[in-house]
Amino acid sequence: MSRITGIGLTPFGRLAGASTLDLMSRAATDALTDAGLERREIDGLITGYSTTHPHLMLSTVFAEHFGLRPAYAHAVQLGGATGFALVMLAHLLVEAGAARRILVVAGENRLSGQSRDAAIQTLAQVGHPTYEVPLGPTIPAYYGLVASRYAHEYGIDEIAELAVLMRANAARTPGAHLTEPITAAMVRDSKPIAAPLRLLDCCPVSDGGAAFVIERADPARPGPRIRGAAQAHTHQHVSAASSLTAFGARDSAGRALAQGGVALADIRYAAIYDSFTITLAILLEEIGLAPRGAAGRLAREGHFSPEGAMPLNTHGGLLSYGHCGVGGAMAHLAETVRQMRGEAGPRQVAEPPLALLHGDGGVLSSHVSLVLENGR
Amino acid sequence: MSAEIPDWTTGREGLALARCRACGHVQYLRRPFCPECGSEDLGVEQASGRGTVYAVTVVARAPSPELSAHAPYGLALVDAEEGFRFMAHCPPEGVAIGDPVLTRFRSFGAGLVPFVTPEGTP
Ligand SMILES: [Zn+2]
Repeated sequence: MSRITGIGLTPFGRLAGASTLDLMSRAATDALTDAGLERREIDGLITGYSTTHPHLMLSTVFAEHFGLRPAYAHAVQLGGATGFALVMLAHLLVEAGAARRILVVAGENRLSGQSRDAAIQTLAQVGHPTYEVPLGPTIPAYYGLVASRYAHEYGIDEIAELAVLMRANAARTPGAHLTEPITAAMVRDSKPIAAPLRLLDCCPVSDGGAAFVIERADPARPGPRIRGAAQAHTHQHVSAASSLTAFGARDSAGRALAQGGVALADIRYAAIYDSFTITLAILLEEIGLAPRGAAGRLAREGHFSPEGAMPLNTHGGLLSYGHCGVGGAMAHLAETVRQMRGEAGPRQVAEPPLALLHGDGGVLSSHVSLVLENGR
Repeated sequence: MSAEIPDWTTGREGLALARCRACGHVQYLRRPFCPECGSEDLGVEQASGRGTVYAVTVVARAPSPELSAHAPYGLALVDAEEGFRFMAHCPPEGVAIGDPVLTRFRSFGAGLVPFVTPEGTP
């Protein structure tokens, strides 16, 4: 069993002047302080990637910069699923005895480190270079295709409620990128981006960083335990997806739960990837946290609110805390740990004994699920 | 691979598919082998361009300044009658999921792209 003994999370938003390495360093410093560890006590390092600091060896660039000499280090790239993939890998490595204490860190000045056009262009390159990119799709367009199919099969009117909930949660979270309250009508009336998705269905591009210390369970060092971790990879390009309404999330989450000997009904907190409202709706429904087509309705009814039956992304998620790349989903885990510790301030829910986390990368192509058990 | 089958990805009007002679699998995103069975015995064929709209969106904001002048443009995933799915441009209005479509081609950015329209439209 592995435990998360330290978390670091920077504010997300426009953090002018901070580089990728600055943001990684800030988050790493906070995670080490939180864990009560010195640099020399870290023997493993796993990093994500940064589109503003592309490098063949980001982990050792960071190790040198930050002052680490780990016995094990490398970077991982799995799009939006990277954050939880880093955590899963650290969990497996400490269980295998390959390292004792691993620092997991990511950060990127995705907003201020490049022009908006450059960011959109870089991200659009995840499409197939021959069969998709020449047609001028964007990331929202891939998800717009997915959303059109969802709308066709289930109706899409209520998914705006998910954006409203994320914004309300962010308003109670220091460091959130977007905090101005919104209504479902404002979401549905916002600027069209890629039909049926509108501006407020999309997460912002942010600067930010996040880090964790993950170590082999030791009764003297408390922290949430990773009970289960699993992945599923079904395709890369949207053109090659066998379905745009059924993805790998059910398989991945099901195996993570089974591994931990946990039933979905025992989960009391959900941290689910929400790059777009449609992403969140599909993942919630596919995992089984909402009936098909009903995620938006449940959000409107308060089911996913902090005081509801299944608190969801209480920090505001990617949709409103913000999205800085790899660190984006890591904020979901940092918030889960805060909720488990009882450190979530005005958004504190009943300390959840068990939480389910799920991230996706590509166009719902790569899935990583984690089951976390409170270990205070 | 058959050079005589025109294919929009090489700048000639046409939609090409490759059928595995060993297992019958049809692929559109082309590799020099069959991703189902590994056979390298593939026959390249011309697709009819007839298909059904599986998903459709409208890109309001293009991914690069060079393409901005084209926005908004429709983007669809189409299930071809030969059994593969392909991405195509479509008119930004009047195309719905389930519509039968025909494929033409149009210039876009640096090259040629498939452009589908509902059957029966001029
Ligand atoms: Zn074959």
